[in-house]
Amino acid sequence: MKLELNYLETEGNSAGFWLLLGVLGILIAIGLGATYYMEHHGHHVTGMNNQIVWGMPHVFAIFLIVAASGALNVASIGTVFGKPLYKPLGRLSGLLAIALLIGGLMVLVLDLGHPDRLIVAMTYYNFKSIFAWNIILYNGFLAITIVYLWFMMERKMEKYYRSAGIVAFVWRLILTTGTGSIFGFLVARQAYDAAILAPMFVIMSFAYGLAFFILVLFASYSWTNRPLGDAIVTRLKNLLGVFVAAVIYIIAVYHIANLYATEHHAVERFILMDGGIYTTLFWVFNIGLGCLLPLILLYHPTISKSRGAISAACVLIIMGGFAHLYVLLIGGQAFPLTMFPGYEVSSSFSDGVINSYSPTIWEIALGIAGIAVTLLLVTICVRVLRFLPETLADSAIDPHAK
Amino acid sequence: MAEINKDLDQGRRSFLGSAGTATAAATIAPGVFLTAPAAAKPADQAVSSDNRWGILIDTQRCADGCNDCVSACEDENGWGQANTSEEHSNELQKSQWIRKVSLKEKTTGHVTSLPVMCQHCETAPCVDVCPTGASFRRDDGIVLVDKHICIGCRYCMMACPYKARSFIHEDLKDQKPWAPRGKGTVESCTLCVHRVDEGGTPACVEACTAENHEAMTFGDLNDENSIISRQLKEFGGKEIRADLGLNTGVRYRGL
Amino acid sequence: MSQRSLISKAALFLAAMVTGLPMLAHAGEVPYPTIIEPDQHFSADQECVLPEDEMRRNHMELILHQRDKTVHNGVRTREHSFEECINCHAIKGDDGEYLRVESPKHFCASCHNYAAVKIDCFQCHADVPVRPSKQHNQRSQLKHHDTLRTEKNLSSQTLKLLSTKGKL
Repeated sequence: MKLELNYLETEGNSAGFWLLLGVLGILIAIGLGATYYMEHHGHHVTGMNNQIVWGMPHVFAIFLIVAASGALNVASIGTVFGKPLYKPLGRLSGLLAIALLIGGLMVLVLDLGHPDRLIVAMTYYNFKSIFAWNIILYNGFLAITIVYLWFMMERKMEKYYRSAGIVAFVWRLILTTGTGSIFGFLVARQAYDAAILAPMFVIMSFAYGLAFFILVLFASYSWTNRPLGDAIVTRLKNLLGVFVAAVIYIIAVYHIANLYATEHHAVERFILMDGGIYTTLFWVFNIGLGCLLPLILLYHPTISKSRGAISAACVLIIMGGFAHLYVLLIGGQAFPLTMFPGYEVSSSFSDGVINSYSPTIWEIALGIAGIAVTLLLVTICVRVLRFLPETLADSAIDPHAK
Repeated sequence: MAEINKDLDQGRRSFLGSAGTATAAATIAPGVFLTAPAAAKPADQAVSSDNRWGILIDTQRCADGCNDCVSACEDENGWGQANTSEEHSNELQKSQWIRKVSLKEKTTGHVTSLPVMCQHCETAPCVDVCPTGASFRRDDGIVLVDKHICIGCRYCMMACPYKARSFIHEDLKDQKPWAPRGKGTVESCTLCVHRVDEGGTPACVEACTAENHEAMTFGDLNDENSIISRQLKEFGGKEIRADLGLNTGVRYRGL
Repeated sequence: MSQRSLISKAALFLAAMVTGLPMLAHAGEVPYPTIIEPDQHFSADQECVLPEDEMRRNHMELILHQRDKTVHNGVRTREHSFEECINCHAIKGDDGEYLRVESPKHFCASCHNYAAVKIDCFQCHADVPVRPSKQHNQRSQLKHHDTLRTEKNLSSQTLKLLSTKGKL
C-alpha cells in the first residue's frame, strides 16, 4: 500500500521563527566580522602558528563536511536500500547535507591566507593533491544532491530518483574517503600516515551526520507542532547506536595498530597518557561522554524511550566528534616531527618539543558562524519549500501501525 | 666585450676568489683539479634537468653555537632579524627558513649540530599535496613556492617531513626585490634561486665558506666532477628521514 | 496600488539624479590621473620594454605570463624583471626618499587608485629600488652551461685566474 504523504512548508510568521533567524543572523555576522579581522591583519591575530598550522576553523570545517556526508545517509537508506520508514525523511536529509557542506566549506575558505584567490583554486589543479580532488568532490556533491533533491521533489522525475540516490551514495563515500585521506596521505606526521583514517572518517560521518540529523528533525517537528511518531524515532536512534559502536571500534583498531609498533609508541603515549588536554579530550569527551554514555542513553530499555535522552545523546555525540577531531588535528600537530629517531632534538624552531595552541575568539567565532549558516539555510528552506512532511506520526507513515 | 656594471664585476671577483679558496680546500690531490665554479646560464634560457642543485653538510665541522648560515640567509632573503616589519607575529608565528638543530643521541650522549632547511626533495610531499600547484619542483631540482598562486591553505606545511615551511602571518614591508614574500602565503628556503640562476652560491654556503668553517658545499649533483659529487662519492651523504625515500638534494655527513 | 508605484517612481527618479547629475555637470571634462613619468629610459633606443600604449593596455598580460617564466623556468632577463620596472619607475618624494606604494604619487598607485583596481603585487614585492639596475641584458660571460665541467674544458682565462690565486 503506497502511503500518501503531504509535504508542507513550515509557518514563517511566529515570533519564534524570526527570533531564530535573528540569532543565527547575528552569529553569522559576528563570524564574518571575525573573518574580516583575520584577513585584514593576517593570521598573527589567531592562535595558529608555524607549528600548529591548522586550528579551530579546521576542526569546525571538517566536522561540518564529515557530518554533511553522513546526513545524506538517511536519504540513501530510503532510496538505495529501500527502507520505507526512511523515505519520508529523504528531502530533509538531502537539504541538511547541502547546508552542512556549505557551512563547512565557508569556514574552510574564509580561513585561507588568500581567500581572494579562490578562483585560482578552482582553475589551477594539481591532480596529485587530494585537496584538489576534494574541491571537485565537494562541489560535485552539492550538484548531485541538488539534482537528487529535485528528483525527489518533482513528480515527473520520480522514476529517476533511485539512480540519483545511488550516484549520491557512492559519491559521498568517495568524498568522505577523500576527506580522511587529507590526513591519511601525510607521511610526515606520526599521528597521520595511516590508511585507516579514510574509513575512520566514513564511519565518523555516519555517526555525526545522523546525530545532527536527529536533532534537526526533533527541532523541526517540535517547534512547528507537527507530530513525530515513535516508529521513526526508534529506528533512527537504534541506527545511531550502531554507528557510535562502529566509531568506538575503528578508533580502537587505529590505536591498537599504532601501539603494536614501537615506532609509534611515543605519539600514542602522548595522545593516550601524557598529552594533557589531548588525553582528557580523548578519554573523557570523545570516548566517555561522546561514545559510551550515548550508547547507554540510546539503548537502555527505559531511558531510551525519552526524546530528551535521545537528544542528549545526539548532543554528546556531536561534542565527542569535535573532541575527536581536535585530538586528531591539533594533537597530531602538537606532537613534534620525528626527524631524528633516537635523538633528543632542540632548535629555535620548536623542534623536539610539544607544540601548544590556544584558540582565539576569532577562530571560534568563524567556526560557529559555519554552524549558523547551516542552520539558517535549513530554517529558510523548510519555510520556503516542501521539505518536511506535514506529519510523521506512526499512523501516517508506518504501514504496520495500528 | 660588453660593458659590465662595476658592482656586478666586484661581486664576481670576490665570488671567484672565495670559490677558488673553496676549490683549493677541496682539492683531493695536488694537480688533480676539480672544476670551475658553477657556470651561469644565459638569463633568457630556461633551467633544465641537466643540473640538479644540492648542498652537502658536514655535521662534524658544524659548531653548536654557530649561526652564520642562519644570519646570512636572514640578511640575504630579508626575514628574521633582517626584517623588522614582522613585528606582530609571536615567536612561534615568525618565519624561519633555516635553523640550527642540536641533536643529542639518547643512548650514547653524543652531541651533533646541523642546519636544517628545505631539503629540496625529488619527490617532495609538499609538491604532491599543493591543491593549486603553487608548491612545485623546478627542472633543476629546486623546490619553490609560486606565491602568485599560493592560496595560503598551509597543507604543504602539514605535509613537509622537515617542517621547512613557514606561513606569513602579517603584512610585510621592505622585502628584498630578489626574494618577494608577503602575507597569507607560504615560503621556505629557495636555495637562493636568484643567486643560483646567475651562477652564484646560496648565501648560507657562502657565509659558511667565508668564515672558513667549510661545513657546507653547494654544487651540481648531476655533474660527477663537481666538488659536491666527488665529496659525496668519497664520504657519502645521508638524507634526514631517509626511510621516506624522498631523495633529497640536501645531504649530511657525519650523522 | 498607486501609492506604491508613486513611491517607487520617486525613488527611481532620485537615484537617477544622484548618479546622473554629476555626470551632466562635468560633461566634456574627463579627469585623468596624475602620473609622474620616470626620468630614465630602458635603453638608448627604447623608452620602456614596450611602447607606451601597449604597456598601458597590456602590462597585466606581460606580468602574468612573464612571472611564470621567471618563477618556473628561471628566465631572468632585465627586460622582464619586475625589479627593473621598479628601478626605472621609482619616484622620489620631496624628502629625497623613494615614494612607497601607499603614496598616491607612486607610479603604480597613481593609475591604479584612479582606476580603482586593487593590486596585490606589493604585498610581496618591494615597491622601491634596493640595488642598482643591471645596465644591459644580462648574459653570462662564461660559455654555455653544460660545457664547463672538466678541466679540459676550462677556459684558459679561468685557469689563469685560479693559478694566480695560488690554488693550482
